[in-house]
Amino acid sequence: MFCRSLVRWSACVALAACAAFFVPAKGHAQFGGESAASAFSIPQAQLIQPADLNRLLQGPEKSRPLVLQVGSRMMFAESHIAGSQFAGPGVQASGLQLLDSKVATMAKNRFIVIYCGCCPWNHCPNVGPAFKHLHDMGFTNVKVLYLANNFGDDWVNKGYRVEHGL
Amino acid sequence: MLLAGMAMALAAQHAHAQKPQPHQSTRQPAPQFIRKDLNGHAVNLRALKGKVVLLNFWATWCGPCQVELPKFSAWQKQYGASGLKVIAVSMDDEAAPVRAVARKLKLDMPVVMGDAKLGTLYGGVLGLPVTYLIARDGTVAARIEGKADLAGMETSIQKLLGQR
Repeated sequence: MFCRSLVRWSACVALAACAAFFVPAKGHAQFGGESAASAFSIPQAQLIQPADLNRLLQGPEKSRPLVLQVGSRMMFAESHIAGSQFAGPGVQASGLQLLDSKVATMAKNRFIVIYCGCCPWNHCPNVGPAFKHLHDMGFTNVKVLYLANNFGDDWVNKGYRVEHGL
Repeated sequence: MLLAGMAMALAAQHAHAQKPQPHQSTRQPAPQFIRKDLNGHAVNLRALKGKVVLLNFWATWCGPCQVELPKFSAWQKQYGASGLKVIAVSMDDEAAPVRAVARKLKLDMPVVMGDAKLGTLYGGVLGLPVTYLIARDGTVAARIEGKADLAGMETSIQKLLGQR
């Protein structure tokens, strides 16, 4: 009886876990397959994981990317990746203008990492438009930091370096 | 092994959603603040001692927040007479879009503008939504990160309202 319940429980857990595993896979849809405003529109090859960015930021200066926060100014003031710059929320026209000004004089092959982390990845309104904007401007080496839950969980709580204030 | 990994992933997802605070006697006091709401009325947390406070950090650009807010507003109507007070803290950079959304959603609660200082005071609001349940004695009963399990949250509120 116990064994049968255990098997049934295990099957349920496996099914639910499979669903949990496969749903986020949508986040790796190819560019153009989703709305341009969606974080899902960003190709998997353009994503960078927090641990990888953290490693890069601790490496030699010449291999470090320019890191731009394209989310809320208030959240940037509360906490942001050490050395990153506020570049305006990607969901707003004024935000994209600020992003323009940040990259205006840069070579199109400059290594840039953008991030937000305001909301879970599938709800972030900012990284999709910001990525598309840089792509449309001709930047060829842009990565988007994949923050599955939010900046607090996926960067701050991992112990990676942060700074506070504007 | 695969099964164990999957179960752990599920457990981790659940743990992310709800972070209940310790037992009543060891709970921490909710950080005090006084802010003016969008209508210019002062919201003083200390003055709400004796009520159960639902303190929700949200923003106009946060999708899950737009789902939760109408429910919180409905709870304010339903449980207000029993002692519930809902306060919405917007983490938007500007008040104009907040006013528009508050009007559109017909929010029946004080809406105040937050800032980095208030976010830090509340343990860091570095992802939205974040909701605090504050007991009648002014202590933090729960911090809920991400889109809430609304049925579970309502049960928690009912329990807190039942505590005198």
